[in-house]
Amino acid sequence: MHAIEKILAKNSGKDVVKTGEIVTAKVDFAEINDLYLQTVYSFYEMGGEKVWDNERCAFVFDHYAPTPDIKSAANHKEMREFAKKNGLKFHFDTNCGVCHQVMPEAGVIYPGMIVVATDSHTTTHGAFGAMGTGCGATDMATILMTGELWFRVPEIIEVRLDGEAPKGVYPKDVILAVLGKIRADGAVYKAIDFTGSYVEKLNVAGRMTICNMAVEMGAKTAYMQPNQDVIDYVMKRAVRPFEIQFTDSDYEYAESYCFDVSELEPELACPNSVENVHTLASVVAEGDVVLNQGYIGSCTGGREEDIEIAAKILKGHHIPEYTRLIIVPASREVMLSCMKKGYIQDLMDAGATITTPGCGACLGAHEGILAPGEVCITSTNRNFPGRMGSTEARMYLASPATVAASMIHGKITDPRKYL
Amino acid sequence: MNKEITGKVIVVGDNIDTDQIYPGRFLAITDPKEIGSHCLCGVDEAIAPNFPSGGIVVAGRNFGCGSSREHAPIALLNMGASAVLADSFARIFFRNAVNLGLLPVICKGIREKVKDGQTVTLNLEEGSVTVKETGEVLPCEQLGDQAMKILEAGGIKPMMRKRFGKDSVE
Repeated sequence: MHAIEKILAKNSGKDVVKTGEIVTAKVDFAEINDLYLQTVYSFYEMGGEKVWDNERCAFVFDHYAPTPDIKSAANHKEMREFAKKNGLKFHFDTNCGVCHQVMPEAGVIYPGMIVVATDSHTTTHGAFGAMGTGCGATDMATILMTGELWFRVPEIIEVRLDGEAPKGVYPKDVILAVLGKIRADGAVYKAIDFTGSYVEKLNVAGRMTICNMAVEMGAKTAYMQPNQDVIDYVMKRAVRPFEIQFTDSDYEYAESYCFDVSELEPELACPNSVENVHTLASVVAEGDVVLNQGYIGSCTGGREEDIEIAAKILKGHHIPEYTRLIIVPASREVMLSCMKKGYIQDLMDAGATITTPGCGACLGAHEGILAPGEVCITSTNRNFPGRMGSTEARMYLASPATVAASMIHGKITDPRKYL
Repeated sequence: MNKEITGKVIVVGDNIDTDQIYPGRFLAITDPKEIGSHCLCGVDEAIAPNFPSGGIVVAGRNFGCGSSREHAPIALLNMGASAVLADSFARIFFRNAVNLGLLPVICKGIREKVKDGQTVTLNLEEGSVTVKETGEVLPCEQLGDQAMKILEAGGIKPMMRKRFGKDSVE
């Protein structure tokens, strides 16, 4: 069996599970973000009284952190009341950050577990050898009532990443290259296991970026076998003992794709689709792409490593007049560390706007919305029409280094000359 | 549940993501009717106000990709949609739709066979879609057993109420 199948088997009380089988599995941690007051409504509509386990579920207020309007404030108020009434052990209010960063930091994510959240980017937690998957509000309400959810045991695709990344190629470039090949629906209903020598050496932040965007190919979940970096990270934080699962050597993948990371270049997902991936060099060869806004943040590209490289590239430069650069640290912990190391100072000196940790403008909620006709380069995960505001705005997805280099000149720029 | 549904269609494209079905700026809204009034406004703001009651949305591949927001099927249902026919669906959207009683049915190639305003009949038992104007019949895929169990219970909410003994009066 694959490690993901072993996790599903263990949590559904079975010795073996097979592809296509429907299992009902225990959920080790459930997270509800602040877009999902419907979860509370569905919980009561279905006759829910108390959550099944007040130590295994939490709210994270990240999409409206802090609240931009009366409606979202009222939603937070109702969710806080639910959290208080149920005596939830963990609660992450507007001072914490994006759920997928905050949960691992708090130690509720660890290898071998199942985490379900009302957020499609829950695939992120494959970085830790966990099975993470997103669900809607009402599925979540059934988890809060029962502690379980039904799953179809997925086909598993191997994405093998070998070799060392050349200068200027970051985990974001790697996952964009993968997306360009597998496409936006290439892994629908399936799981993606990222393997290979590049993954074996990859740090926690890079692993999270890659697993995070597995959902942009439609994947149900992502997986990476934990390495020493992951073990060191979770040993310091995990709130429960854990068991790492391993894939059997005779496991046969449904499909395999191989990438030589040493041959990659900085990549861009061009408007208006995550699968519209081209090398940065080929895009700028066709003419300057003039930018109105740069954005570094989100569960994909707002970690300390992302802000660090941006600060190093932008130190001593200043963004052009009439452009703006928004930096949204993924969490309080990330922001505090970036402050201590001087990155925030360097970025503010370069003209950046720093906003509160959270999802910010990534999904068009607030803090950096685009006007019709504007062009943005961003380290986030989606460039769908209207994702960051106007449907007539255009978004390029890129690594944080590419965003930073591009903001020196206000046009898309190869980061390699600044490294 | 009704296994034969007839309705007028509106046709949209490939990769219609949940931001186009229900843009992020409306996510704080909780009133279902109001949610429905913004449905598909990322594609065309004229769709929701003119949507025929009981109508069917026809799409290409990967309908509902992107966010896990349940607002997407809530919006479709409250706009008046009874089913979505598409080449393929994103996974979380599929689950959310089934949970709420909106039929997500795979009917490959349907987008090329119908035009806005035409009428189709979806027959779940036969696994067919018939276009009234042309008489053309296309095969559609069966929903899985798990999905049918939920749909036949009227959605996940009645199913859970029954499981927790909340509907003993009925």
